[in-house]
Amino acid sequence: MTCKAWTLAAGLALGAAGHACADIKLGYLDTLSGPTGGVGEATLTTFQLAVDRINAAGGVAGEPFALEVYDGKGKPDEVLVQFQKAIDDGVRHFLLANGSSLVAALVDALNKYNARNPGEEALLINYGASATELTEENCSFWHFRFTPHAGMAVNALTDYVVKQGFGKVYVIGQDYVWGRNVADAAVSQLAEKAPGIEIVGNELHPVNKVKDFTPYVQKIISAGADVVITGNWGQDMTLLVKSAADSGATMPFLTVFGGSIGTVAALGDAAVGQLYYVSEGNSNMEISAEQKALVDAYEARFPDYDYTYHRNVLALKMLKAAIETAGSADAIPVAKALEGMTFDDEFGPVEMRADDHQLLQNLYVNTVAKGLAYTADKTDLGWTLAEGGAVSKDRAALPTTCEMKRPE
Amino acid sequence: MDVIVFALLNGTIYGLLLFMMSSGLTLIFSMMGVLNFAHASFYMLGAYLAYTVAEASTFWAALFLAPVLVGLLGMAVERWGLRKVHANGHVAELLFTFGLVYVIDELVKIVWGRTAVNYRVPEELNFPLMTLFGADFPAYRAFILVVAAAMLGALWFILNRTRAGTVIRAALVEPDMVGCLGHNVPAIFMSVFGIGCALAGLAGVIGGNTFITDPAMAAQMGPIVFVVVVLGGLGSLAGAFMAAMLIGYLQTAAISIDWSMADIFAAAGVTEATEFGRISVASLSTAIPFLLLVLVLIARPSGLMGARES
Amino acid sequence: MIADATSRADMRLDPEAGRASPVLPFGVLVAVLLLIPALDLSRSTLTLLNHCGIAMVFALSYNMLLGKAGMLSFGHAVYFGLAGFFCLHLLGWIGEGGAFGSFPVFFLPVAGFAVGALAGAVIGWPSCRRSGTPFAMISLGVAELVAALAYMFDSAFGGEMGVSGDRMVGPELLGLSLGPVQEVYWFVAFWTVAGCAGMHAFSRTPLGRLSEAARDNAQRVQYVGYDPARVRYLVFIFAGAFAGMAGGMAAVQDEIITIDALSLAPSGAILIATFVGGVRHFWGPVLGAVLMTWMESNLSDYSEAWLLYLGVAFILVVIYAPEGLAGAVAGAWRLARSADRARMAPVLALRLAGAGCMTAALVVTVEAAMRWSSGHGETFAPLGVPLPHDAPATWIAAVVPAAAGLALLRRARRIEETRT
Repeated sequence: MTCKAWTLAAGLALGAAGHACADIKLGYLDTLSGPTGGVGEATLTTFQLAVDRINAAGGVAGEPFALEVYDGKGKPDEVLVQFQKAIDDGVRHFLLANGSSLVAALVDALNKYNARNPGEEALLINYGASATELTEENCSFWHFRFTPHAGMAVNALTDYVVKQGFGKVYVIGQDYVWGRNVADAAVSQLAEKAPGIEIVGNELHPVNKVKDFTPYVQKIISAGADVVITGNWGQDMTLLVKSAADSGATMPFLTVFGGSIGTVAALGDAAVGQLYYVSEGNSNMEISAEQKALVDAYEARFPDYDYTYHRNVLALKMLKAAIETAGSADAIPVAKALEGMTFDDEFGPVEMRADDHQLLQNLYVNTVAKGLAYTADKTDLGWTLAEGGAVSKDRAALPTTCEMKRPE
Repeated sequence: MDVIVFALLNGTIYGLLLFMMSSGLTLIFSMMGVLNFAHASFYMLGAYLAYTVAEASTFWAALFLAPVLVGLLGMAVERWGLRKVHANGHVAELLFTFGLVYVIDELVKIVWGRTAVNYRVPEELNFPLMTLFGADFPAYRAFILVVAAAMLGALWFILNRTRAGTVIRAALVEPDMVGCLGHNVPAIFMSVFGIGCALAGLAGVIGGNTFITDPAMAAQMGPIVFVVVVLGGLGSLAGAFMAAMLIGYLQTAAISIDWSMADIFAAAGVTEATEFGRISVASLSTAIPFLLLVLVLIARPSGLMGARES
Repeated sequence: MIADATSRADMRLDPEAGRASPVLPFGVLVAVLLLIPALDLSRSTLTLLNHCGIAMVFALSYNMLLGKAGMLSFGHAVYFGLAGFFCLHLLGWIGEGGAFGSFPVFFLPVAGFAVGALAGAVIGWPSCRRSGTPFAMISLGVAELVAALAYMFDSAFGGEMGVSGDRMVGPELLGLSLGPVQEVYWFVAFWTVAGCAGMHAFSRTPLGRLSEAARDNAQRVQYVGYDPARVRYLVFIFAGAFAGMAGGMAAVQDEIITIDALSLAPSGAILIATFVGGVRHFWGPVLGAVLMTWMESNLSDYSEAWLLYLGVAFILVVIYAPEGLAGAVAGAWRLARSADRARMAPVLALRLAGAGCMTAALVVTVEAAMRWSSGHGETFAPLGVPLPHDAPATWIAAVVPAAAGLALLRRARRIEETRT
């Protein structure tokens, strides 16, 4: 009998209590092909390592995780097709992150699917999509976010701005919901934290279309900015910082996604002291022997990538704990066990807030330097904690307006 | 003042880069009628090959070698691929190049990996040339100017002052007649395709370290090169040059303007409170080329300086 | 230049095209659609079939332009997408009750049809005055413009998130709640047949015939008193309308649409599907749509390098089957009924064997190379035989079938040449 049939039979016979499949299947739905497939590969490899380590240590209450890979191809309709495929294969725990639009589409599909198929519910672990609305107006019982949302990331960045005593801030971003989220958060938070700080520019540019950022950089220079805050990702982030370095602009660029793979390789020495990004930690901080073994194992096994996605490991550890607490791999008990769960992570205590399913954790502002133990993108540069860049979990958290609808 | 100087300077450089990227396509598209969607992939190959050659020797070797390699590859593609498809019409050729995009992009990922490579500006050119209103002007940008100008000059010379150029120009307008005169039209097509690809490769050598060399660089170039070619007019290198510069200046100027729709249409009662009013001129900058393309083609189907419609 | 792209092939008009009775193919389509639910397929297969149905209608609507009217468009997804967005808003309004509360979701594609026609009428008015390359390039510009503008109006297009809706609203029709995918299947099946029938009927109308005439010889059409630009415009509106209908179907199936749906990429995809299926045959695009939808969703299950195989497949189709799959099928059918068949059988067998060998060589090369480059430490092991990139066995497994395949193909060609 297949795993799916088992769950069904058990669900019918026992009222859905207590039976887990032989394997606990994790459905990976991120983009693996096409021009941006490399990012999906890097996050997938981290999951592979985490799964193997958990299984080697005895699995989840004796049963192994099985990582099932589906290529979502970066398109919402394709993600939904692969989702349906995975559901038919018996997957009930999904992993997706790269693209808030994809995550929003899947959350929407999950809400409907779970309402229409009681007893076969599924849940989603979001390990990277940071659009605020996913834990605000569009929050869902089936969605758990293991990465800071836009407001929290900017909160850490604006804290850093205030601590460093910068006077003039330039905000630049991509002209769509995400870019505007970041810009609005930066402006309002700065006004609240330090009314003396002047916003000397607030610019939006087209998404992924600008080839030459020099005109924007010259505007930044002319405005006399001391520091730039940007939510840009992908080429928009890399080209912006690269352009700034070429134009001799030396002010720091505080980014949300500066840590993405390939950025340091693309920028080279230009990144040193100029590129900052906010994350849940980095391998060049003081880490435990256990963490060091993990990072070394990763880099040995996947030499093409760096250990960047610590949150993936954390998410699976917490999922394992939740399944063991719930005594079942079914989505509803697991979701209830995840709600409010606290956990001691390598980089500090974390809490999955029950109100909106947003992980609360310490955040760290990092920058690029030379001569570090762990380097990035096969260059001689690496990420290190910026001075005064640590932001505590309680300080990084923001209130939520989510009105969570829970199944009875 | 500084706004105008910057807009002119950046517009010129961006226009020249656009021209470098699209000049090869002008030859291919206007002469052979091939909507070569793989043009950007050859551009990417140029960047990656330059990276490899520069790692092994120097940037200067790459500047010469990479375009030649890309050109040879282009000739091979024409000889053993495109030529077989030619009889099936232009849509078949177009689809062939679609397929080629997938093949080249995947091969690049297999050979060079899935993330960005560290292809840098050579040390000799990595210094600020001058400082303008507080912003450095990197020497490499001046180098781009030189290379683009040299390329434009060389193309002009070959097309207008050599016998081969005369044949190519004739074939642009009257391919059948040129064949009747005893010229080997397939061979001309093959070399034109090769030259076109080599020009894309050269643009890749320059663009790869100005921007980023990663597997997404071809997809990101997008259809803008088609806009330049068609806007300028099929069969007209001068037209492509003008279109590239026009787009370069317009886009850069739009970025420099801090107006929103609410400012422009204030008289009509549009305010910042509406969605339309919030749209800034700068955010429209990338839509401008396409708007221009649509308007020009409706009014003048042969493009700005084109000799013929199709 | 592009107008004659299709007309050149058209010199060899299929003599049977005009006489073929639509009853048989339509009967087969309906019978297959009725039989499918009896197979008790999984939900993912049904979802895939629903996407196939949507793609079929979309591809046929595109072929009204490309195949019938000779208009190469790079922006056909604009009409699909705009209609999809409208239909999802309509779903929302139905859910709110009020004036739209009694609109049955089952008839959403009708609304899509209307919106597609409207969009076609507005955008087609300036662009259809041109043909050939200018028309193609205008459509490309329009597609980029619409996508760029859509990103600026979040209230209508939902920004990056797109617009989503719930199909289980409004009055039920025919007892279909449209909740489970099995019920959506009936909805899609109904509209697929309706769309195919509508477009087939359109191809038989005077306007449909005239569009083919304007493709082949616009001047002659003008002589007999019709304005080719006007013909193009009218066909364009209908093509937009049927694309909109597919958009309405997609709105119900996926319950979400994002701005990507009206960009250049899906426009290119539908061009590929239509051409791979075959533009000269009415049913060609249907074949292409089914094949492309399947490949897009399932090829990635078998290989990480699926895009590479897809690219190679396109290239081979354009080189060796320029009339698309439908053309290849028709050719095989003609051959099977002709007197030549005994003579050609060995050639065909050699060709198939050769192609098989070449495919094996390609797969071994690509898979071994892919595993080497992705650096996961996996080894390609077909049938349990490990083939690492640095083992001589791998090289043999790649080179020997390639050489054998080449020899077989060459031999097949030689036989064919000596006998004709």
